[in-house]
Amino acid sequence: MFSDVSLAVISGPLLFGFAGVLALLILGTIAAFILPTMQPGKWTDLGPRMRSWWVMAALVGGALLAGWQATAILFAFISFLALKEYLTLAPTRKEDRLIVLLAYLSVFLNYGLIFADSLFDDSYQIYLVFTPVYVFLIAAAAMAWIGRTDGYLATVGIVHWGTVVCVYNIGYIAFLMRVPDSETPAGAAGLVFFLIFITQLNDVAQYCWGKAFGRTKITPKVSPNKTWEGAIGGWLTSAIVFYFLAPSFTPLAPVHAAIMGLVVPMAGFFGDITMSAVKRDIGVKDTSHLIPGHGGVLDRLDSLTFAAPIYFHLLAYFAIERF
Amino acid sequence: MLQTIRRYGLMLVVRPLARLLFGLDVIGKEKLPAKGPAIIAANHNSHVDTIVLLCLFPSKLLPIVRPVAAADHFDKGGFGSWFSRNVIGIIPIKRGKASRSEDVLAGAKEALSRGEILVVFPEGSRGAPEEMARFKTGVARLVEFCPGAPVTPVYLQGAGRSLPKDAKLLVPFNTTAVVGDPLTWSGSPHGFIDELRARIEALKTQAPPLKWS
Repeated sequence: MFSDVSLAVISGPLLFGFAGVLALLILGTIAAFILPTMQPGKWTDLGPRMRSWWVMAALVGGALLAGWQATAILFAFISFLALKEYLTLAPTRKEDRLIVLLAYLSVFLNYGLIFADSLFDDSYQIYLVFTPVYVFLIAAAAMAWIGRTDGYLATVGIVHWGTVVCVYNIGYIAFLMRVPDSETPAGAAGLVFFLIFITQLNDVAQYCWGKAFGRTKITPKVSPNKTWEGAIGGWLTSAIVFYFLAPSFTPLAPVHAAIMGLVVPMAGFFGDITMSAVKRDIGVKDTSHLIPGHGGVLDRLDSLTFAAPIYFHLLAYFAIERF
Repeated sequence: MLQTIRRYGLMLVVRPLARLLFGLDVIGKEKLPAKGPAIIAANHNSHVDTIVLLCLFPSKLLPIVRPVAAADHFDKGGFGSWFSRNVIGIIPIKRGKASRSEDVLAGAKEALSRGEILVVFPEGSRGAPEEMARFKTGVARLVEFCPGAPVTPVYLQGAGRSLPKDAKLLVPFNTTAVVGDPLTWSGSPHGFIDELRARIEALKTQAPPLKWS
């Protein structure tokens, strides 16, 4: 029903992008076979890490090819898993089980608004306020109604923080797929691909620059392995790649591409250290063991939770007529 | 036939669903027994515990993994009994009202003799959510009967939040199972039980902190 529509928009740049990711996956897989034999004992988690990358790339790539419906369903699942990880670790109270269930319900409603976009024009306007304002009001009122007061304020804040980060912010990725394909050179799927590619590239580039030149710790208490050298090297690498690839994937003018190239990776960095602060506060290293070699969904998603809404809003402001 | 349906039903329906709802994180999976006779002893807070433990095993072992469950709760007759016995694969055990001459553990002993893997909850009941009650001695009598069966302690966390005793709503939370090194029969029932309990308590430190009050 939608395959012929979406297949028509697999543009040159997107095919090129997929080919590039495939090449990186193959390179990484070869490295995962060779490196452990060269330096035994080191690189032990590279194998499972690469296998997980294949699965994640296949899921996201497949959803992008299948269209906005599949992408929305995939990210709804991802949001649910992320929120479940968060609410498992964050402090909640015995009386809050119903509230936790309502928080899961917000995943359906949040992503439902992406589907409702074909039904009525104001769906995006409602999306913008639904989780930040209405989930906030409903959760606060419902918890007051249930009536346990000790820890009330902390728990209201904890639940709302989780829905905004795991559901609302991640939902923007799926909402990007509703950009009309005519507005952008590589289709809506190209916009989503570019966002995910840049944030993941930024993570990898920061890691590589840090390994090579890292000396000065940037956030010693929150994320002791991060260095200024790694953060700045990764940031500039991502910004340059963003600037040069932007004409293929986005309708951005050069000056806007330069601004977004600087802002989006920086947002990713702050998403990353924010999630690190949360994990450190809770006292865990990973949010779960769901993704072998990576940790939990939230560990993989941390930079996207900040980069996605900012990428969406800046694109909408600079270039997209629809939003 | 029924065994095949059970195995694939657990593998293709129950396990994916349980992974989606309960995460099923496991630490020390390689310490689980690869063959029977063996006993898995875990703390107990929720019906979900049984599902979590069943899902830890590779599908080829599922036909011989048998949760020992209270007859007064799971074997009351009708469809529930059939489902518990044939799909979950329980071995019913009488609590409380059994007469003195009757060996309530007979069913479990037969299963061990057949080389099966028993799943037991030594607390005997689910109790208060995410709290460990006193251990009963049945598991010591089982291992005394079958000293060749290693007893693998497992600490389960989180299911008591998803579905505590008497709750009507199931709320998804991730669960963690921490598997410890197997114990063998020491010769003293009470010493064995105390050791088992201490081992399970010690495994708790490897699980993520549980902030639930």
